[in-house]
Amino acid sequence: MKPAVRPRAEAWIEQVKRIHPIYWAKHWSWVAVRAILVIGFCFVILYPLFFKLSVSFKDRMDIYDTTVLWIPKNFTLDTIRIAFQALSYPKTAWNSFAIAGVSTAMQVVSCSLAAFAFARLQFKGSGLLFAGVIFTIIVPVQTIMITTYLNYRYFDVFGLIELFTGQRGINLLDSYWPFILQSITGMGIKSGLFIFIFRQFFRGIPTELEEASYIDGCTVFQSFYRIMLPNAIPAIVTVVLFSFVWQWNDNYFVSLFLTSTDVLSTKLPVMWASFSLTDPLYAYLVKNAGELLFIAPIILLYMFAQRYFVESVERSGLIG
Amino acid sequence: MKRARMTLRRRKAALGMLFVSPWLLGFLFLFVVPLYESFLYSLNSLTLGKGGFDTSYEGFAYYRELFRTHPTFNRVLTEAITDIVINVPSITIFSLFVATLINQKFRGRVFARAIFFLPVLLAAPVLSLENSTQMNAIASSITGTSGEGGFLFTSFELQRMLLEAGAGQGIISYITDSVDRIYEIISSSGVQILIFLAALQSISPSLYEAAKIEGTTGYEAFWKITFPMISPILLTNVVYTIVDAYSRNALSQMITDTAFQSLNFSLSAAMAWVYFLVVATILLLTTTLISRKVFYYD
Repeated sequence: MKPAVRPRAEAWIEQVKRIHPIYWAKHWSWVAVRAILVIGFCFVILYPLFFKLSVSFKDRMDIYDTTVLWIPKNFTLDTIRIAFQALSYPKTAWNSFAIAGVSTAMQVVSCSLAAFAFARLQFKGSGLLFAGVIFTIIVPVQTIMITTYLNYRYFDVFGLIELFTGQRGINLLDSYWPFILQSITGMGIKSGLFIFIFRQFFRGIPTELEEASYIDGCTVFQSFYRIMLPNAIPAIVTVVLFSFVWQWNDNYFVSLFLTSTDVLSTKLPVMWASFSLTDPLYAYLVKNAGELLFIAPIILLYMFAQRYFVESVERSGLIG
Repeated sequence: MKRARMTLRRRKAALGMLFVSPWLLGFLFLFVVPLYESFLYSLNSLTLGKGGFDTSYEGFAYYRELFRTHPTFNRVLTEAITDIVINVPSITIFSLFVATLINQKFRGRVFARAIFFLPVLLAAPVLSLENSTQMNAIASSITGTSGEGGFLFTSFELQRMLLEAGAGQGIISYITDSVDRIYEIISSSGVQILIFLAALQSISPSLYEAAKIEGTTGYEAFWKITFPMISPILLTNVVYTIVDAYSRNALSQMITDTAFQSLNFSLSAAMAWVYFLVVATILLLTTTLISRKVFYYD
C-alpha cells in the first residue's frame, strides 16, 4: 500500500507548494535575492575590467567631458599605442610567454609524475615524502629567498664546477635556467599545490582501469601515459591554467632572478621611466591601458580553457 | 602467479621512486638545503666579496636586533598577524557562502561560475584593479568637480553619509574599510570557492533526499548535512588562506627590501625565520582547534 501512497502524497505537496501563496512568495523571494547577490558580485569582479576597457579607448578630451561615462565619444587607439611602446610589448610579452610556457610544461610533467607515484605506486617512505610536499606549501618563499638567490648566483653541483674552472660556481641569474631548474624539479610557483591536485585526481580514478591495463600487458609507465593521463584531462587543464597564469602574474621570482631581461610583470610598474607625461590623469589612463595589455592574454587563455576548467570543478578530485 | 604479482609490486615501487626522484632532488637541493642555509645566514653576518661571500658567526644578534632596535619590525609583524586573524574568517565564510550560492541550479550559472573564478587569474600584485575609483579622485582634484557622480558610489560618499548620520569615527572607518575590501576579499577567495564547490558536489544527493522525506528545511539541511560533510575541506581552506596571505602583506615586502635594497641579508633571513615560525604557530593552533570539530564521514 505504502509505495502507492507516497508518490501521490508527494505530488499533492508539490501541487500545494505551487499554488500556496506563502510557498510561492518564499521561493520567488529567494530567487530574487540570489539573483541580486550573483549579479552584484559579478559586477564587483567585472567592473575594473570594463573600466579599463572603456578608459583605454578614450581620447584625452573625453576624460574632462562629464557627459562621457562608458562609451568614448572620440574613439582613439593612441592610449593603447603609447602603452604598447612604453612596455615594448612584443619583446617583453614574448619573454613573459616563454618563461611561463616553459615552466608550465615542465611543472605539469614533474608534478604529474610525482603525484602518480604518490597516488598509485606504493614505495617505502612515500607518506613521509608527501608530508614533505605539504611542508613546501606552508613554508613562505621569503624564508629561502636569499639562499635561492645566492644559489643561482654561484651555481654549483657538489663543487664540481669550482674544481674544474677554479671559480666559485657560475652565475645563472638573468637566464631562464633558474625557472627551468625550479619547475623541472617541482619546486616552482605553488608546485606543491599542483602535486596535491594531481594526487587527489589520480586517487579518484578507479583502480580497475589500471589493473585491466596491466592484464593487457601495459608497463607501469604505459599505464600512466595511456590510462591515467587521458582520464585526468580536467586536472591537467586546471594545473596548466593556474601554473601559466601564476607564472605570468608573478613579479617576485622574476625580479629575483632577472636583472636585465624585461618581462611584463616587472616592466609594468616602471613603464613611467621611458616617457614623461605632465598630465597625471592621462598618465593614469596609459597605466590602465598597459594593465589591459597585461591581462589580455590571460583572458584569452581563460576563454579557451574555461569550459574544461569549470567542468573540472564539476567532477574534479580537487578535494582532500 | 604469486611470483609475478610480487615482481609487479616491486617494479611499481622502484618506478615510484624513479617518478618521485626529480621532485626529491628539487626538494633536497632547492628546498631543504636552502632552508637550512638561510637559518645559518640568520646566525652569521654575510659580506659579499668579489669571488663570493664570507661569513662570520654572530649568534642570535640579528634576532635581538629585530625585536629590540629595529624601528618598524614589531609593528609590521603585529599588523601581519592581525591581518591574518581578521582575513581568514571573512574569506572562509565568504567563499563558503559563494560556493553554496553558485552550487544551486539557476539560469546562467555556468556563466556566473566562469566570472567567479576570474579573480584567481587576475590576482597579480602589479595590477591595481581595485583602485578604479582613484580615477575619480584624480579627476576631481584637477577639475574641481565631484567627478562623474551618481554611478560611482565610493566610500567617500558613504563616509560623508555616515558622518552626517552621526555615527562614531571608529564604526565609520570599519564599515568603509570592509566596503573597500570587498574586492580584496572576493579576489583572494577564488581558490577557496573552487575547493568548496568541488566538496559540495561530492556530497551524495541521497542524504538530502532522505532528509527531505523526514521533513528537514533547507536551513537545517545546511547545518546538519552540508556543514559537517565539508568540514574536512574547511580545514584545508583555512590552511590555504593562511598560506596564501604570504603573497600580499607588508612583511614579505619588508623582507625583500631588507635583503636587496639595504643588502642586509642576515637580518632579512632572521626576519623570514621569525615570520615562518609565527605562521607555523598560527597554522598549528588553527589546525588543532578545527580538527577537533571536523567530522569524517568514512
